[in-house]
Amino acid sequence: MQLAIDARGLRKAFGRTEVLAGLDLAVPAGSVFALLGPNGAGKTTTINILTTLAKSDGGTARILGHDVAREPGEVQQRIALTGQAAAVDEALTARENLVMMGRLSGLSRRDARRRAAELVARFDLERAADRRLGTYSGGMRRRLDLALSLVVPVPVLFLDEPTTGLDTRSRQDLWAVIRSLAEAGTTIFLTTQYLEEADRLADRIAVLDGGRIAAEGTADELKARVGGDVVELRDADGVLLRELPTDGSVHGLRAAIDELDRSAHDGVDGRQVTIRRPSLDDVFLAITGGDRDPRDADREASAPELIATN
Amino acid sequence: MTTLTAPPAVVARDDLRRPRLRGFAAERVFVTRSFIHTIRDVDTMMMAVLLPTMLMLMFTYIFGNAIDPSGGYVDYVVPGIILLCAGFGASSTAISVSRDMTTGIIDRFRTMPLRSGAVLTGHVAVSLVRNLVATAIVIGVALLVGFRPSATPLEWVAAFGMVALYILTMTYLFAAIGLAAPSPEAASGYGFILLFLPYVSSAFVPVDTMPEWLQWIAENQPITPVIETIRSLLMGTPQGDSGWWAVGWCVAIIAIAAAWGAWLFRRKAGRR
Repeated sequence: MQLAIDARGLRKAFGRTEVLAGLDLAVPAGSVFALLGPNGAGKTTTINILTTLAKSDGGTARILGHDVAREPGEVQQRIALTGQAAAVDEALTARENLVMMGRLSGLSRRDARRRAAELVARFDLERAADRRLGTYSGGMRRRLDLALSLVVPVPVLFLDEPTTGLDTRSRQDLWAVIRSLAEAGTTIFLTTQYLEEADRLADRIAVLDGGRIAAEGTADELKARVGGDVVELRDADGVLLRELPTDGSVHGLRAAIDELDRSAHDGVDGRQVTIRRPSLDDVFLAITGGDRDPRDADREASAPELIATN
Repeated sequence: MTTLTAPPAVVARDDLRRPRLRGFAAERVFVTRSFIHTIRDVDTMMMAVLLPTMLMLMFTYIFGNAIDPSGGYVDYVVPGIILLCAGFGASSTAISVSRDMTTGIIDRFRTMPLRSGAVLTGHVAVSLVRNLVATAIVIGVALLVGFRPSATPLEWVAAFGMVALYILTMTYLFAAIGLAAPSPEAASGYGFILLFLPYVSSAFVPVDTMPEWLQWIAENQPITPVIETIRSLLMGTPQGDSGWWAVGWCVAIIAIAAAWGAWLFRRKAGRR
């Protein structure tokens, strides 16, 4: 099996803050790999090292067999990066951005124009292709950003939080594009804070915590690690009151229900009890010890209730 | 959205590579890019021409007679205005460079197999052209309001050469400032300080009218020899060794700014 990305023992510190503390990654060619982690976990630092933007303090990383530190040119010929900040030229139109990227990728002027026209059509940018980007929505900007990475096909694509800040519709559009790229055989390495995104897109998921890979596997494997079903208690309006993981046994289930019974005495007025399979959220919480995305306010309220069982 | 039809079996094919750019291909692309930026940024171009023109009119018609009642002040002040114009125009390079460095676009260039420093070359080359055009316009206005240089065609060429070198110097300096600044706003603020230098020189009033301690600064700062050189080329005032000093200062500043800029550019990789 050829590895598209092979990183061993990557370390990186900024001053005294250790961001990566011996990171190992093995991403098979042609797969979609999601690196999951809370804000500040080192996701972008990892991408920066793998894409030759930053140097690691220790360890090695290879892209399709080429060392990122010793052969950056070889690596750069085989990758494309769509970073967190939209890497587009605001003063240019979408078409001009695409032509510029084509020219920088060695296409002739004519080929660059032809390729730009193709990408404009494929990414649904026709209506605004000749307008400057100032007027673009976040979703259009992101689509253009991704299109810029595809001006010439490269085997390995890095996406740093590709859908952060997008509305649901734009996110699903982008997911469709990423899936079709994956079907065509491109290796995709993406970072995300959205567990759903990793669940939907990735063949394998790694959870980054404390500068190391804390867990890795398929979504199902990771969910299985957390153990059994989760018992949820909601009030009459469907608002989640409590959430108790179990080990999957009858005994565990009974213990959880007894616990709910006790909280009823403490005045928690639950109306609906449901049992569900663990989600990636549970995995994430169990692995990272409760640190979670503060934007996820709805679940934040119930987070302290969670007891990791693995 | 239609599905993408990238060729199948991308994995095994090693011909799927971004070619390396040869020669000055990247520089050509980036010069074109900066040129489009300049054309679209009408406000900056207007300011680059209007501000020096307004200053010239102000100095000529409002202060001029007080400074030199004989009415010849316009001939004295125009070389200073030319430099002010060149410096002001170059200062927008700091903002363009900083904008590139603080948005994601520089990361995209850096992860491609090309000299990403070429993006700076694009800004510098276009700044030189833009400011030479602005300077020519300002000289045109000066001629209209009574500027009467005594230069021969050869001296004109030499004067333009000196102005071009000065623009290049200021542009390199501002490009480095743009690299050092944490944001485009900060870049514009830092640059502003440099724009005061012409006032503490022989640009607007002879140095010997200043207090003694200021005279020392004014006589020994880089802009005075540049102004004296241009003044002597256009107006036939004695040049002395100011030409050598002017070229020496400019070359030295370019060297320092280029080295500083290159260091900043490398250091800032991967940490926006």
